[in-house]
This record gives sequence, structure tokens and C-alpha cells, in this order.
Amino acid sequence: MSYVAHDETDFARPAEIEEMELYHPKTFIGKYIWSQDAKVIGVQYSITAIAVGLVALVLSGLMRLQLGFPHTFSFINPSNYLQFVTMHGMIMVVYLLTALFLGGFGNYLIPLMIGARDMVFPYVNMISYWIYLFAVLLLMASFFVPGGSTGAGWTMYPPQAILDGTPGAQWGIILMLVSLAFFIIGFTMGGLNYVVTVLQARTRGMTMMRLPLTIWGIFMATVLALLAFPALFVSCIMMTLDQALGTSFFLPALVSKGQLLDHNGGSPVLFQHLFWFFGHPEVYIVALPAFGIVSDLISVHARKNIFGYRMMVWAILIIGGLSFVVWAHHMYVSGMNPYFGFFFATTTLIIAVPTALKVYNWVLTLWRGDIHFTVPMLFAIGFIFTFVNGGLTGLFLGNVPIDIPLSKTMFVVAHFHMVMAVSPVLVVFGAIYHWYPKVTGRMLNDSMGKFHFWVTFIGSYAIYYPMHYLGFLGVPRRYYAVENIDFIPQSAHSLNVAITVAALIVGAVQVVFLYNLVWSYFKGKPSGDNPWQATTMEWQTAHTPPTHGNFGKELPVVYRWAYDYSVPGAQTDFIPQNQPPSKSTGGNEAKSQ
Amino acid sequence: MTTVLLVLVTIMATVVWWLFRQTINVKPWVERRPGSELQGDVAFSLPSVKVGLWVFLAVATSLFALLISAYYMRMAGADWTTLAVPQGLWLNTGALILSSVAMQWTRVSARRGQINGVRSGLIAAGVFTFCFLAGQLWVWQQLSASGYFAAANPANAFFYLLTALHGLHILGGLWVWVRTTAKVARGAEVGAVRLSVELCTTYWHYLLLVWLVLFTLLLTTPPRQNSCSPDNFAVCGPTR
Repeated sequence: MSYVAHDETDFARPAEIEEMELYHPKTFIGKYIWSQDAKVIGVQYSITAIAVGLVALVLSGLMRLQLGFPHTFSFINPSNYLQFVTMHGMIMVVYLLTALFLGGFGNYLIPLMIGARDMVFPYVNMISYWIYLFAVLLLMASFFVPGGSTGAGWTMYPPQAILDGTPGAQWGIILMLVSLAFFIIGFTMGGLNYVVTVLQARTRGMTMMRLPLTIWGIFMATVLALLAFPALFVSCIMMTLDQALGTSFFLPALVSKGQLLDHNGGSPVLFQHLFWFFGHPEVYIVALPAFGIVSDLISVHARKNIFGYRMMVWAILIIGGLSFVVWAHHMYVSGMNPYFGFFFATTTLIIAVPTALKVYNWVLTLWRGDIHFTVPMLFAIGFIFTFVNGGLTGLFLGNVPIDIPLSKTMFVVAHFHMVMAVSPVLVVFGAIYHWYPKVTGRMLNDSMGKFHFWVTFIGSYAIYYPMHYLGFLGVPRRYYAVENIDFIPQSAHSLNVAITVAALIVGAVQVVFLYNLVWSYFKGKPSGDNPWQATTMEWQTAHTPPTHGNFGKELPVVYRWAYDYSVPGAQTDFIPQNQPPSKSTGGNEAKSQ
Repeated sequence: MTTVLLVLVTIMATVVWWLFRQTINVKPWVERRPGSELQGDVAFSLPSVKVGLWVFLAVATSLFALLISAYYMRMAGADWTTLAVPQGLWLNTGALILSSVAMQWTRVSARRGQINGVRSGLIAAGVFTFCFLAGQLWVWQQLSASGYFAAANPANAFFYLLTALHGLHILGGLWVWVRTTAKVARGAEVGAVRLSVELCTTYWHYLLLVWLVLFTLLLTTPPRQNSCSPDNFAVCGPTR
């Protein structure tokens, strides 16, 4: 439904925000390639991120093949294996998830959901995408340089990252570091846009507390990213200098292959501090948008207002603040003053409180809701399971004495894949199934979607649940092959085979998802403007897909929060945010709960 | 990491304080029509570019605070030697201060609507800024000529890194300066450039402040700290 006319004096006048000048593309290239329209940029970001994510998915398949069937594949040698691990991790965390949540969903959803015509700096926004693409190409190029890509692990710890013997220590690592620096520059440009757009371009009546939680999540994640990415930027530059100019920021005096190197006195732990000062907020840069999106998916598809909206907002803020004071829990094994360990263990455990609040609120929103088991809802509920699972093992690992023995094992792999890989990816899928109709005007195929969900969800458990057990057995991570070790029984190897089979099946099923994306674009059921009967502003546009400028001639006026579902006495079970107060809702100042 | 934590706490406190004002006691589920908003409901009354600049300054502050933290932590290393601060830096600092003063003068002229003042102010600021950058390059050359290039010792490495990043930020500012000056040269009204002038002024003052902090840091670093006391155990690790 489109927005209601504002002819009655009782209602607010249309927006008094100054109209922004929109640029008007004339050619195909101006419209879809060098575009300054946030929606197009969002789609560009998403397609690039998913494409590079597929590369990382293939890499993980290769890793699993090696782990499940060692000595079977002649094309995987120990160096390749480490390169796969490294590139898989870095691509998935930074180039896929960060770019997709903030660059993709952020660009597409922020202007639409807050009732704006576009981002406030469209030109900068466009540059942001092209720098991101350049960073991706640089990273991909590192596969083809002499020595191949870096194999230093996604954490790139010096000194080994730039010493002979580590794969890609000459060219691969430099390309990785430079690519990251460009990614950060590009992201900063985009991030400024997201923050300032949310602050400045909200339409009339869209107060901060009427923002959908998706926007809150993306907003806070962007703030975190803007403040945390400089740490990665600094460490990338310093390590590049160490490698290229022979400085000693991170490299201590050491002997490599019998030769005393020129470096002297640098501190590898300094790198770890800088890296994790970025690295931990990065977890929440990925998680907060996921939290926000899940809140909205659950509320829409359970036809109920979100439970504890204010609490949810505050939980997002508190998680964001706390995420800057927990970084050293990644470094318990690097050696630290026990009091430091105590401090960081405490903050780590405290962060579980706001996170648990969010989980309770999602479950309470579902409680006695009119739950529609649509594909987005399935993914959202799946997320709650995997997230609780990964979160609980996080409580284990947050404690120093438990972390130290487990830190080098598969348990850590299982933990963070559960909490930081599977969980956000399930949300990504849910969000794509949810918003695809708005982007293309067509629904994604439901049967394919449900098949995709069940295989992915059950498959993820089949992959990562046994991995916790492998971790308890002491199976180390990062190893090319685990053989002839007394404490690892034969059954662990059988388990590895089973995990590999599950991983390959889950990987293969993603093809169905891709096919669905393409097939539905041409043959999907037309969706109409508001297929999910949602209240938020992106569903109230006059056209689907929204045209340039989003909202026709006049910007809409917002009268209510984003969660008016199943309001007692209302004619429909949802009231769009831009529907003026009327008698049908029981009067002007009616409470909706 | 204390420095960067302090900075971030300040930034986050600002964010949270502002959001607190936005959110406290608001009951979003109650219908209200626009016009009856509580205070602080609407956007800042500043132009968006200004908000954008301030957000960017927060990012840059985070960057420099991290560098300073890294500097302090690296200083605990056993091989730390003090940088022999090149005397040319005093001249450069003077040039940067003058450029900032000229920018301020431009801003005052822009407020008063005097296009001549804006023009000469912009040119003066630009010239002084170029002097600063040229001076920095000169100091770089002096240092490397006397055998102290980046790899010579950690203090020099940090010196090159800090000055390079600061210089790059200034170059970014100069790009906006070029556009503004070109507009004025083509005979633009004061009103058309007032905002750009204000943005430039804020940015110049900020970069001057950053430079003063960095310069003070270079001047006051003690020759050598006790290598590894239990207090900076986290930095040194258990082995040393």
C-alpha cells in the first residue's frame, strides 16, 4: 500500500526536510554501473560480496577434503592448505560478512527504512563501492602472484607472516595487507554515509526510537567499525613497512634459516593487541546487524510487536560499548598478567548479559505469536538456535583456565563458526528471502527456499556439533594432517570423514539457493508492494522495486513505531508506520499493547 | 592501549549520551503525531556535511590514538632510542600554526561576507600549508641523508609513519582547499563558499592539534624506559 494523502489539516504536513538534489542518470551505465543510487550500490555490494564468498566456500570445501581424506589429493600440499585456511577466514569475515551486512543491506535498507531519498553523500557512496571492488580484486590477485596467497592465518600474526617458510611471505602478504587497507578506506567512506544518513536524513516523525531494529543494528555496527577498523589499518601499514622497508615494529631479533635477520626489538604482541582491538569489535560488527535483522524478521513473521524494544536498543548500545574492552580474551595464550586476564574474562562474561537479554526478547516475541513459518522466519528461528549454541561455548572460552587448553583445538573452530559464521549467514539468507521481493518485485521460490533452509541448518549442526567433541579430544586446529598421535583415536578420523561429507553437501546445496535467486528473478511469483504485510517504510513505497528517489513526489510522514502488529481493535493485523492515527485504532493516543 | 581506550571511552560516551537523550522516557509504541516530538527528536540543525566531518574526525582521532598507543607500547622495547628531533620541525610547526590562523581569518571574513578577505585568507592558508608539507619532506630528506631512514631505529620508523599519515590527511584537506579556492577564483559569492570555508577551518584546526600532540610526543619521550617491569607484562610477554 502506498502512503496516505495528507490533505486533512489534522494530519501533519509533508516533510519539512529540505529536498536533496538527486542526480539523474541518463544512460544504462550511469544507472546500473557508475550509479550513485544507494539501492543500486547495495545490490552491487551484495553481488560482489556473495561472489567472493563463493570463492571462500570452495576453499573451505578443499580444506575439508584434506581433513577428511588426508593423502588422497595430490593438489593439496601443506602450503596450499594453510593458504586455503587463511583466505577462507579473511574473505568470510571481512570481504563477505562485513561488506554484505553494512555495504549491502546498509545501503539498500537505510534510506528506505528511514524514509529518505538516498544517502546523504551519494558520490562518496559510489566511490566506496569501487574501492571495495578494487580491494577484492587485489585480494584475488594474490592467488596468482609468485608464492601464492599468504598462508599466515587470517590473524596474520608476525613474525611468521612475513618470514620465509610461510607461504606467500613475499607477495601474498603484501597484497593482503594493501587490500585490507583499501577495504578500510572504502569502508570508512561508506560508513560515514550510513551514520550521517541515519542521524540527518530521517523523514518527519521518524524519531530515533521509531527506527526499526535493523537500522539500529546497522547504525551501531557502523559506529563500531569506524572506530575499530583504524586499528587494523595501522597494523596493516606497520607490517607492510616491516616487510618492505625492514623496520622493526613487530619483528624481534630472530634467526631465520640460520641467518640473523636485520630486525631488532619489535613486539609481536603489539600486533596482537592492535589486531584484536579491531578483531573483537569485528565480531559485533557482523553480529549487531544480524541481531537487528532477526528482530525485525521475527516480529513481522510472528505478527507481534517486538518484546522490549527499548531494552533491545539499549542492549545493542551496551554490547557495542563493551565490545571494545574484551579484545585480550583472544590473547590469553600470548601470556599476560593474571590481573589482565581476570579483567578481560570478567568483561567477556558481562557481555553475555545484554546478549542473553536479546535472546530472551526474541523468544518472548515468538511466545503466543501468530507464527508464519515462512522461509525468512525459519532462518530467523534457526539463527536463535545456532547463536545460543555458539554463545554458550563462548562463555566456556571466555574463562582463562578453560581457554588455555582448548585454544589450539577444533573446539575454538566449532565455537566461532557456530556463533560468527553459521549464525550471521543464516540471517543473511533470511534477510535475502525477506527483502528479495522488494529488490526485484518477485518472490523467491518457497519449496527451494525450505529445502535450502533445512539442509543448511541441519547440515551446519552436522558439521560443527561433532567438532566440539573433536576439540575436547584435543584434535588441534590448523594442522594439515593429524596422524600417529596417541591421544587421538581412530573414531576421530571417522568423525572427520562424516564432517567432510556434511560440509560438502551443505556447500553443494548453496547452488540451489543461487539457482533460486536467478530463476525467481525471471519466473518468480510477482510479489506486490508488501507481500509480508510489514509496517516498515521500505514496504510502503509507491513502486516495487522502488524507483530512484524511493518515495515518489513527497516524502512520507511517520506516525508510529515499526512494530504495530496485531493491534487490538485495528482493522488489519498491521499498521504501516506512515498511517495517520485514526479512530480505527481506538483513538489518537491509543496504546498498542 | 590506555590512550586509545581513553579516546574511545570519550567518543562512545558522547554517542551514548546523545542517544540517551534521544531514548530515555520515550515510549515509541504510543502514537504521536509529528510536531509533538520531544526535544532532540529531529536531526541536528547542522548541515549534513558538518556532521559528516565531525564523524570523520572521530575516526581520525581513533587512528592517531591507536598510533600513539602503539608508540608507547613499542617504547617499552629494549632497543628503544630517542629520536634526535630535527630542528626544522620547529619551523614547520610555525608554518602549520600560521596556516591555521589564516584559515580562521578566512572564516571570520566569510562570516562578515568579505570576499576579498576570504580570497587572501585562503591563499595564505594554502601557501603556509604547502610550506609545512615541503618542510616535512625536507626534514625527511635530512634524516635519511644523515643515515636515519625508517629502518634505522624504531623511533625513526614511528617518526616517518606518523608524519606520513598526518601529511596524507593534510593532502586530503588541501584537495577541498583547491576546490574552494578555484570556486572563489572563478568569482563565487561568499555564500557559496562559506560552508566549505568553515569545514576547512575546522579540519585545519584539528590537524594542527594532532600535529601539536605528535610533536610534543616526539619531544618529550624519555630516552629509555626500564625494559620490562611487571606492569607492562602484557606488552613484554612472559619470556623476557
